[in-house]
Order: sequence, then C-alpha cells, then structure tokens
Amino acid sequence: MTENIKQLVAISSGLSQPSSTRLLTDRLADATVADLRDRGVDVELRTIELRDIAQDITNNLITGFPSAKLQSALDAVAGADGLIAVTPIFTASYSGLFKSFFDVIDNTALTGLPTLIAATGGTPRHSLALEHAVRPLFSYLRAPVMPTSVYASSEDWGSGADGVASLTDRIHRAAGELADAVERSDRSSRVVDPFALDASFSPVGGYGAQ
Amino acid sequence: MQFGIFTVGDVTTDPTNNSTPTENERIKAILTIAQKAEEVGLDVFALGEHHNEPFVPSSPTTMLGYVAAKTEKLLLSTATTLITTNDPVKIAEDYAMLQHVADGRVDMMMGRGNTGPVYPWFGKDIRQGIPLAIENYALLRRLWDEQVVDWEGNFRTPLQGFTSTPRPLDGVAPFVWHGSIRSPEIAEQAAYYGDGFFANHIFWPKEHFQRLVNYYRQRFEHYGHGTADQAFVGLGGQVFMAKNSQDAVNQFRPYFDNAPVYGHGPSLEDFTSQTPLTVGSPQQVIDRTLTFRETFGDYQRQLFLMDHAGLPLKTVLEQLDILGAEVVPVLRKEMDAKRPAHVPDGPTHASEIERMRAREAARQAADLDGQSAVAAEAARAENSSTTHTGAAFGIKGA
Repeated sequence: MTENIKQLVAISSGLSQPSSTRLLTDRLADATVADLRDRGVDVELRTIELRDIAQDITNNLITGFPSAKLQSALDAVAGADGLIAVTPIFTASYSGLFKSFFDVIDNTALTGLPTLIAATGGTPRHSLALEHAVRPLFSYLRAPVMPTSVYASSEDWGSGADGVASLTDRIHRAAGELADAVERSDRSSRVVDPFALDASFSPVGGYGAQ
Repeated sequence: MQFGIFTVGDVTTDPTNNSTPTENERIKAILTIAQKAEEVGLDVFALGEHHNEPFVPSSPTTMLGYVAAKTEKLLLSTATTLITTNDPVKIAEDYAMLQHVADGRVDMMMGRGNTGPVYPWFGKDIRQGIPLAIENYALLRRLWDEQVVDWEGNFRTPLQGFTSTPRPLDGVAPFVWHGSIRSPEIAEQAAYYGDGFFANHIFWPKEHFQRLVNYYRQRFEHYGHGTADQAFVGLGGQVFMAKNSQDAVNQFRPYFDNAPVYGHGPSLEDFTSQTPLTVGSPQQVIDRTLTFRETFGDYQRQLFLMDHAGLPLKTVLEQLDILGAEVVPVLRKEMDAKRPAHVPDGPTHASEIERMRAREAARQAADLDGQSAVAAEAARAENSSTTHTGAAFGIKGA
C-alpha cells in the first residue's frame, strides 16, 4: 500500500502552545518533504506532539503497556523511513517527556532509522546538549543520526545570530542529509514478524530431552 | 470448562483504613480463600510463588498440601511455579508428592515471574531467563516421564541413573500450563510439548494476547497434538462486583488507585476499557467474560484475581460468594454449550491418563508402521539391481 511512499515522522516535545519547538519541527519537516519531492520521492508526513500523549506515556511507564493512542505513535516511529526528533533543552539536556517517550518504545524499534535531531533553547550556550545528550541517546538505539543537528535559540528566530550560517541554512542542510537517507530507506515496506524466534532456538534447549 | 481463582499472595495495606495484615494473617487468609473456592463451587485454586516481600507464598506445596486435606474436589494449581530459579529435581518431587497427597487434584503453571535481584539469590542470572525456563522444563519432563534419567545440561549438576521419587501418580505427570505475557519462546515451548498456555492478560490489552494465543494454537497444531482449536488455553481475569454497578466502582476505587502494579497510573475507567478488569454488576462480569471466548476461541480455564491490593478477607469472601452463586454457573452453562464436541474440556488427572494412553497407542502404531516400512525397504533392497548399492548410502565395501 505504502510501497513507494516514504514515511516521515516528526516528533515535537514542546510543552507550550504555540511552541517554538513545534515551529522548528514543522520547518525541518517541511524542508525535508520539499527536498524529497524535488527528487521525485513521494512522502507522507506524520507529526506527533508528545504533549498530546504525555499522560499515556506516564501510564505506560507505570503499567508496562501503551494505550491505543500511544501505540499508534510507537508504531509510526517503528515503521518510519525517517525521523525528526525535536526537544526543548531543559536543565542542560532533553526534556523528561522526550526521554520518557524513547524509554517506552521497544529498544529495537529505531534500529537503522535515519534521524535528524534538533532542539530549542532560551540561550545559545546550550547548543552542545544536542551532541552530548541527544545524539548518544539515538546512538544507543542504533539509529543513524544525521551529521547536522539543528539548534535554535531565541535569537535565531531573528536576524541570523552569529552571522555564520543562519537557522534557515542549517535547516536546509540538515533536511538535505535526512532526505538523502530517507530516499534510500526501505524500513516502511519491511514486514516484521513479532514472533520470529532466534534461529538457534530449540524448545528443548541445548541438550536433548527427546 | 474450569473456573477458579489465582492469588499472588501480596501483603498490601488496606488503603481505606491503613491496616496491614501480618504474614500469619495473610497466609491464613489465603488458606481460607482456597477453601471458600471449593465451597462456592469453583474448580481451581492457583497459588503464586515468590521469594521477596511483599509476597508470602514462598512454599506453595506446603500450603496446597493443607488445602488438599481440607477440600475434596478442588483442583490445586500454581500461578506461577518458578521454573527458572527452582531446581527441576525438587519441582518434580514436590509436585509428584502433592499429586499423591491430593489424589491427583494437581496441575501447575510454569512461569519465569521474577525480578532481577531474585535470580542471584538462587544462583541464577535473569539474562538467562528463557534458556533456564527451556532447559529446566526439559529436565523436569524427563524426570516425570522416565523412570531412570541420565542427564547433563548447562544449569545444574549432571544426573546419572537418577529416579525422582515418588513417581507421578498413576504414571501421569501433573498437567502443565506455561504462562507468559510476551515471549514467543514460551508459547513455542508449550506447543511443542502439547501443554497448556495461560495468558494472564489482566494487566494488558487483549489484542497483544490474542496474537500470542493464536501463535500458540498454530504451533500446537504444527507439532501434531491436535488442531489449533484443540489446544489448551487458560486466561486470567480480574473483577469486583456489587449488585449495583456504581457501588462496585465506589467500593473498589480506593483499592484500584493505590494498587501495586497499576496504582497511581491510569484511571479506573481507562484501565477497565483497556484491560479485562471489570468492576460492576455480576451481569457486567458475565458479559465481559463471554467476550474472552469471542477473542481467544473456546478455552479451557478461566482464573480470576480476587484478593489483591489490600482487599480485606471479609470482602474477598463476599466477592467469592457472588462469583460462585451468580457468575460462574451462567458462564459455565454458556461456555460449555458453545464449545464444539471436538474441543477438549479443562484438563484433569483422569483426562491426562486418557491422553497418555492415546499417545502410547499412537506411538505403538507408528512403531508397527516403522517396522513394516523397514521390512519393505529390506525386501526392495534385496531385489534391486547392482546400481543401487550401499555406497549410495555411504556404507563402505557394500
């Protein structure tokens, strides 16, 4: 059904409404979609606001199972060809809500998933949190993270801050990297067997009980 | 169809009056609840096994032995027996002994059900949970099914010429259920042996277990134990009842809100819609439980969790009165009427004796077939030309 349509998922863990984190998420998603369409690649975008499923995430932490609403978000990420993950920087790292979402998702669900990481913050001095906190989180989950990560502080929304490369330039560079990886991904068309047993598995164990 | 109750044996503070039973009070309460199960007409009482607080049943056969003496028809079972950390030799002996004491009114449910720290207390490692469950059970099966066992494995000292005593009653081991909430390996194991699969789906949405149970049924058929709908399926359930459904909700809510496992999480309303928990009138419990059959197919055993989260003994006994008088008779009638003739009823010692005889007969028939096949092959070989020599089978000098 979605054989030739790439699946792109964008996650925003901004808390306020409207939120600068959501704004950055949308700009990255739009740039990636535009880049893919320029290449003639069909793409479907799903944007997930973690704020909308914050209680479901907490309940999953406690009960061990996701609600139907959360399950749909988890399935979308697991079956995506590309992920845009955007968090506000709180207390020198990703927000707790952002981390909790990736705590409840199966630890193999992101394997091989091309991921663009981005963050917002009140001051440019937190920009390296993307490199020392967010990138290792996705490395642990075996998701290839794009070389360019995008950090937007309050002043970036203005003229172009440090005068080196503007936020718009960085968004386009990162979106290009992600589009490139999404184009090559076949994750969304794979069929996953949840009951696949390890080839070495024997119902009687290593020593015969025949 | 068999109906019963299962308990994990937690000692939990009653949140409505802040009182906590002593270990002795809780142990005696569990024994009283078990006897009540028989009194109200239930078929099964299943007891958990734990070795860490806040749970008390560390020695299930001691408690079940007492219940055996105090009851006449009740089937005694476990929920679950720790196949990972117990020595299979001790399980084989303890439960064969219980079979003799209880005149065959015994079956078991195997589970891994332990948290990380428990394993090392028994010299084991949780990372080996599945291999332990697989190997220990393979040995347990042999200890019951074979008189003299020579055995070597990864997780215990080897056995040479060992006979576990006493032998299972009438030469038939207790029926075994395998409980699992997410591991296909355990469903595969249950199917391989033609054992039962128990899906304790009380804390999870039914869709998850539906897939797991279907997988077990297909594999049961694959291994030649019968058709998929003849596989042995057991399900958990959790209910709280009052004549008036709103009274049930009001009475149960403080226990729900503070319960171990799910307390302080989702609302009672969300949890009842997402899991099999039913809080309401007896009729609501009947209606909900009948949907289990629609989801999982005809099944053999329904166990309810009735005594956790600090509910006082008096309340539990009242709940059992309602369950036995108003709910189970209706369910039993409906489920038994709907179950096709070729689908087995809940397993008992008597039905296991029959199953063993059928298996032996099938084996003998297969042996006879095998012998005649060998004879036919030999006859063919004698008559065959020289081009068909032993060399083709790797026999030198033929």
